[in-house]
Amino acid sequence: MPLAPDRKRQLTTAALVAPAGLWLFVFLVLPFMAMVVFAFGERAPEGGYQAAFTFAQFANLPSRAAAFWNTLMIAPIGAFLCLIVAYPVAYYLAIKSNPKYRLVLVSLVVVPFWTSLLVRTYAWMYILGSRGIPNLLGMIGIEDVRLLNTPGAVLLGIVYGYLPLMIMPIYVSLEKLDRRLLEASADLGAKPVSTFFGVTLPLSLPGVMTGVALVTILLLGEYLIPQLLGGGKVFFIGNALVDLFLQSRNWPFGSAIAVTLVVVVVIVLSVAMRIAWKVSGSRQVDLV
Amino acid sequence: MTAASANDIEFRSVTKRYGSVTAVTDINLTVPKGAFVALLGPSGCGKTTCLRMIGGFEQPSEGTVLIDGREMNGVPPYRRAVNMVFQHYALFPHFDVEQNVAYGLKQARPKLASSEISARARQALEMVRLGGFEKRRIHEMSGGQQQRVALARAIVNKPSVLLLDEPLAALDKKLRTAMQIELQTLQRELGITFVLVTHDQEEALSMSDMVCVMNAGRIVQMAKPQDVYDKPADLFVADFVGKTNRIMATVEADGATLRLSNGTALPAGSGLKPGVATVALRPEAIELARQAGRDGGVLAGTVTHRIFLGSTAEYQISVDGLGDFLVTADRRSVQESDLVEPGERVVLTFDPGKVHVFPA
Repeated sequence: MPLAPDRKRQLTTAALVAPAGLWLFVFLVLPFMAMVVFAFGERAPEGGYQAAFTFAQFANLPSRAAAFWNTLMIAPIGAFLCLIVAYPVAYYLAIKSNPKYRLVLVSLVVVPFWTSLLVRTYAWMYILGSRGIPNLLGMIGIEDVRLLNTPGAVLLGIVYGYLPLMIMPIYVSLEKLDRRLLEASADLGAKPVSTFFGVTLPLSLPGVMTGVALVTILLLGEYLIPQLLGGGKVFFIGNALVDLFLQSRNWPFGSAIAVTLVVVVVIVLSVAMRIAWKVSGSRQVDLV
Repeated sequence: MTAASANDIEFRSVTKRYGSVTAVTDINLTVPKGAFVALLGPSGCGKTTCLRMIGGFEQPSEGTVLIDGREMNGVPPYRRAVNMVFQHYALFPHFDVEQNVAYGLKQARPKLASSEISARARQALEMVRLGGFEKRRIHEMSGGQQQRVALARAIVNKPSVLLLDEPLAALDKKLRTAMQIELQTLQRELGITFVLVTHDQEEALSMSDMVCVMNAGRIVQMAKPQDVYDKPADLFVADFVGKTNRIMATVEADGATLRLSNGTALPAGSGLKPGVATVALRPEAIELARQAGRDGGVLAGTVTHRIFLGSTAEYQISVDGLGDFLVTADRRSVQESDLVEPGERVVLTFDPGKVHVFPA
């Protein structure tokens, strides 16, 4: 018997969703569930996990307060600095640049991704390290400048590494901005600055929110940049996790930290989206 | 400072080029205060470029644009006392209706009191009959309503000139006719100059009191609507404004006889240049009859198609030796009470004075 059209459509939808759904289940849902279970367990004497039900791991969270503090401070600040740098770039690319070269210029933004972030961050280690800029400054008499292993170095690395992720969504939202709206604004007597704050900026907010959310979320899990440029002095949650899982093999405590981080991210994200909706007046925040 | 001019807008030998492409060439145009002028032409004829030069979105490559007697070259849009209704309205999607209309008022320096801004925005919305829609969002408004919001937004600053870029193009026919009347009423109420850009000849003829027909970057004819229709300046205007039948012909050596390409001789006006010419004849200037009628140009032919339009009918007639003709017949003008059927032989008569002769 042939299937009813409705039933057929349902099956087609299910077949299309299945691979992605399976992927998410196996690599996201299951590990997360395992992590939650671990978080309530105990460290086995030889390291790893041992079944139990205790809140001891969560009670121990304050011992990593510094890592939480660094992450929750530096991630938003880093995202904000990214935004400050990225917006003018995106604005130039989308609105001011010559359309003939636009595609080339936009691809240049993505070119750094062709090289591993690890390699590029190592490069910064040398630039900021004692044989880099401080050495040059020393030659002109400015001695003992310390750049590497400071919060400033971590922020610099963050802005450098995440800039393209901030530029692209803002570029997209500015690119699809109807130029006639800018003309209408000028026609109605708005000077360029008023047009920017009255029309351009509000209409690009979805892109801004997407970029900020994207960069913030990724920064909350950042490990590499603080490790290389912060030299263990600027300690992120990501670094704490690596330490707990690979060095002290305290899986339950690491899981507790990770679960807490996920909960914090979800809360921060939903609040940010709520605000974005209110400000932009649109019901959606596009994630491109 | 020049004294107040009688003209709101003046183009003096204006040419606009985009790279190697010339959009308009040597335009001279004068729009008197309070006029309703239509720039009419096919797409790409330069009419929108002219409008955008008045608005300040484009600068002339050569020549001068004057608004109210003052040179405007290099003056940005936000320093011009003209406002524009954009083709697809260009309403701000992040504002509600009232905020859209109030946008222009909020730019005023020194700042206006917010009570005054709100009062004037509401007044403008009343003028376009949108009272009560203040808090609606733009996407909740229909096409016709969005059009009115765009109008209210453009008139709220009390411009001396209102520019309209194909304002009715996106509306359906019924709404378009209603808006044509409303625009005319609005213009009379405001007493300001309207400059309309359109490719729709009906819109241009029905609304404006001056039509400026453009083709290939130049002004071809500037005249009252009925003159553009009755006395087209050239074959392009005759073709573009209304429908027309073209006939190849020769003006004989006496300059007063016109010989159509099928041999028929017509008394033409006088003083025509002898030689090859094209004759234009309006479909409604021709009368149809089943037998030979009075004197004047007489052509015979066979009806090939009939389009019944109610009060009138359009016939396509294959005229002997001249090819297809379009004839619009008032039903009373057909001598027999019945409509002429396809396949019938007919005679076409017309007043030779209604023939337009254009030298080739």
